[in-house]
Amino acid sequence: MSAILQEKETTLYLGPQHPGITGNMMIELKVTGDTIRKATTHVGYLHRGFEKLMEERLWMQCFPIVCRICVPEPDPNEENLARAIEELEGREVPERAKYIRVMMLELSRMATYLLWMGGQSGSAGLYTMPQWTVGDRDYIIDLFEELTGGRVYHMYIWPGGVRRDLPEGFEGRVRKVLDYLEQRLTDYDRLLFENAIFLRRAQGVGILDKDMAMEWGVVGPPLRGCGIAHDVRKDEPYEVYDQLDWEVITHEGSDVYSRAMVRRKEFEQSISIVRQVLDKMPSGPVHNPGPNPLKWRVPAGEAYVKTESARGEFGYYVVSDGSLKPRRVHVRGPAYVHGVSLLERMLVGANIADTSFIMNSLGTCPPEIER
Amino acid sequence: MKNIKGALVPFSALKYLGKKPHTVRYPFEKKKTAERYRGFHFNEIEVCIGCGTCSTICQNEAIDMIKIEGVEPGRGDSGLRPRIDNGRCCWCGLCVDMCPTGSLSLTDQYLHTSPDPDSYLLIPGVDNPEMKENISFTKSDTEPLLQFDRVPMRELDGAERVKSFAEVVLGYMQEEARAEATRCVDCGLCVTACPDHMHIPEYIGAIAEADDAKALKYIYDNNPLPEMCGKVCTRQCETVCAIGHLGEPIAIRWLKRYATEQFPDPAAILNPKIAEPNGKKVGIVGGGPAGLSAGYYLALRGFDVNIYEALPRMGGMTFAGIPKYRFPLDSLDKQIDYMKKVGVKMHNNVRVGKDITFDKIRNDNDAVFIGIGFHVPYTLGLTGEDLENSIQAIDFLRRVNIGETVDVGKKVVVIGGGNVAIDAARVSRRLGAEVTILYRRRVEDMPADWEEIEGAEDEGVHIVPQGIPLEIIGENGKVKSIKYGMAEMVPDDKGGRPRPKLIEGDEHILEVDTVIGAIGQEADYSFLPKEIMDELKIERGRVVVNELKQTSIPDIFAGGDNVNRTMDAISAIADGVRAVEGISHYLLDE
Repeated sequence: MSAILQEKETTLYLGPQHPGITGNMMIELKVTGDTIRKATTHVGYLHRGFEKLMEERLWMQCFPIVCRICVPEPDPNEENLARAIEELEGREVPERAKYIRVMMLELSRMATYLLWMGGQSGSAGLYTMPQWTVGDRDYIIDLFEELTGGRVYHMYIWPGGVRRDLPEGFEGRVRKVLDYLEQRLTDYDRLLFENAIFLRRAQGVGILDKDMAMEWGVVGPPLRGCGIAHDVRKDEPYEVYDQLDWEVITHEGSDVYSRAMVRRKEFEQSISIVRQVLDKMPSGPVHNPGPNPLKWRVPAGEAYVKTESARGEFGYYVVSDGSLKPRRVHVRGPAYVHGVSLLERMLVGANIADTSFIMNSLGTCPPEIER
Repeated sequence: MKNIKGALVPFSALKYLGKKPHTVRYPFEKKKTAERYRGFHFNEIEVCIGCGTCSTICQNEAIDMIKIEGVEPGRGDSGLRPRIDNGRCCWCGLCVDMCPTGSLSLTDQYLHTSPDPDSYLLIPGVDNPEMKENISFTKSDTEPLLQFDRVPMRELDGAERVKSFAEVVLGYMQEEARAEATRCVDCGLCVTACPDHMHIPEYIGAIAEADDAKALKYIYDNNPLPEMCGKVCTRQCETVCAIGHLGEPIAIRWLKRYATEQFPDPAAILNPKIAEPNGKKVGIVGGGPAGLSAGYYLALRGFDVNIYEALPRMGGMTFAGIPKYRFPLDSLDKQIDYMKKVGVKMHNNVRVGKDITFDKIRNDNDAVFIGIGFHVPYTLGLTGEDLENSIQAIDFLRRVNIGETVDVGKKVVVIGGGNVAIDAARVSRRLGAEVTILYRRRVEDMPADWEEIEGAEDEGVHIVPQGIPLEIIGENGKVKSIKYGMAEMVPDDKGGRPRPKLIEGDEHILEVDTVIGAIGQEADYSFLPKEIMDELKIERGRVVVNELKQTSIPDIFAGGDNVNRTMDAISAIADGVRAVEGISHYLLDE
């Protein structure tokens, strides 16, 4: 390559429609040769103003809205809204509902990780893996469909508990899917996590050192991939996480590979958590009803609740002025930090071919950036 | 290459080579959805009442309530049905969970593709009747969103009640009223069922919002006797309540009572605007709910109103007929006093036709309103009915209410199954008698309120259904016993409710001290001069009026029991309110 080409700066636009981008957003790349000199993210393609919409909706009407804040992983949104309202109201949630919620959240984590595995490997050019994981994810989606009536948008976790009890024989079918996925892990390992190509692409790429991660407010697998044991489920346990046997998974290395290994191990751990939930789940009601939704006033006050989503700590700040509608719902998701600020910084000096690879490793969800 | 293992293990995927994908079925079959799948809507048109709750809860505004062919508006049915815009719907199913009747559901159908935008508008149940077989997501019985249980009303204990005329129903406390009001879905079906079309969702909403004063203003907008209605109304509103389809209807009556009881003086809250006197005078014959309502709203409009009442107090049958344990005197006085403040002039103990002639009233006023009610009882037509201690319930109740001492002895038989019969029985219990109600049909056929029947039974009233009185037997001119025969129910040839048929020989005799007849009443028009009687159109004992309550004589208006067949206070109030429009129209050409 000649010296002129090395120095000529070219602008490349990645997205907003691009298989390597995990949703509709665009990254404007200034490159010389195949090295990125500057990256600017452009978001807004998915903006529907969820937070503002909710200010004009009855409390109950917010419940079908929040799931849309993250398409691949809607359940932490439902969980957050429900828990924030329950905190404001002081409403008790039946024990069984808490277990069902944990099961939902962990199944949702697994489904999200399967989608991520597809994206991570796809962006490295390994195309068999997405075929497998997206197909296997469908088994979890089938469970969601059976339990909630919806495949993608579940609208299941709602204030006071969950919407419906488990169907007859559902636990057995969950165990069957768990067994299947556990056995598939060997295949995944061979095809991706032990794959020499993947290791060459992932190790030492997308370095995010500990101090920077702390300074930038990085959460979830990227933070645990720096060896920092931070997990909301452990730090501030919600629902019944403190009654289950599990440990926070960390991995040293701070690169794409270590983030991948955190997710890989957490996937396995989620299987174990769901099994424990099924073992321990008590019988009883699943919903503690509240007032008629049309005249439902949530007591004035504010609540900040957080859930460990597949992308990391996911918070909702909900303010009520005691009226029929929320005064403010603010969503604090990891995608804004990971997908805008951090990504722009991390891409500088990276190879063009690693753009999607690094972005996928951070777990970005554009609709959540633009909630 | 250092990592030889890493380069080789991916090839293990070759073991799947030649295997069929597991996500598609061979041969191809359409995906079978889960049992509670949330697909397109289906609506049971016959079960749906068009309350519009689905449309209200829909956060996408995807549901319109529209008029469809073949469904007519009626009692408890708006005649509208939901239409879903599938271009907006997000299949959250809140409409299904909120549906008060359970008519709305979601089906397993999930695919619709068409270049025609109109095809995305679906009237469930009308456009897709075949989908009834494919219902999947339905309302849950165990995780309801609506509250189907009424906040219970506190009452005096049955044994305690019979000791006095203390009010039986104790009324809601503030918290209870708020909770009960919160159950309402604001559909407004009750408004059409109420003869007076009161602003029910509005005042219930105000109570739920903790604004009782606002509720009172809504209530007084077209009902000047709300405390009375709050205690004794026949509440046709509650019979059509949307929540009543799967649960207990909203306690509309008790909520109205609650709102009115919060304020000792309605004037302080309502602060009514009284129009300047318009120079027109209206005379009202009869101070019952119809006359009082007409008088109140006429006075607000600047009319000079005089009400003439034969009894010592205003209120008509609500004073004379309703026992004090249901509607206490102080509650009546409070409402009457407020009307006097507004400027309604009331003349008690003036019997028109005796103390003042009808012609004089007519000559002194620009218009006259007749609201005399039904105060003359039907007789039983039995041998021995003229004996001493064979009395009529209406007379009996009036005497007790006026304050006279009535001796009914130790054993009383009441004949009839309406509210008047139950009232007479419960009053007799309070006077210390053992009471038996003799009714020709079954208990479930009784026209009385079920709450009244239950109340009577709680107080120890014995009900003999299918008992037909045959003869009142006397001794020394006084009632000694009553002979009655048992009846069997036979289907009515004309398709009406089953009729009682006497069983030959199944006769009983009951020792009694007093027999009280309560089989109905009629109006007494004897105060009207002959020329007016000739001109006034009366059919089956009731004055014929137009929709503005104007009779066949233009300056004479009428309302209440002597006009309408429902024979309840709220219909009388509605008549009065309508007559105000009629009189204003007639006198002021408004």
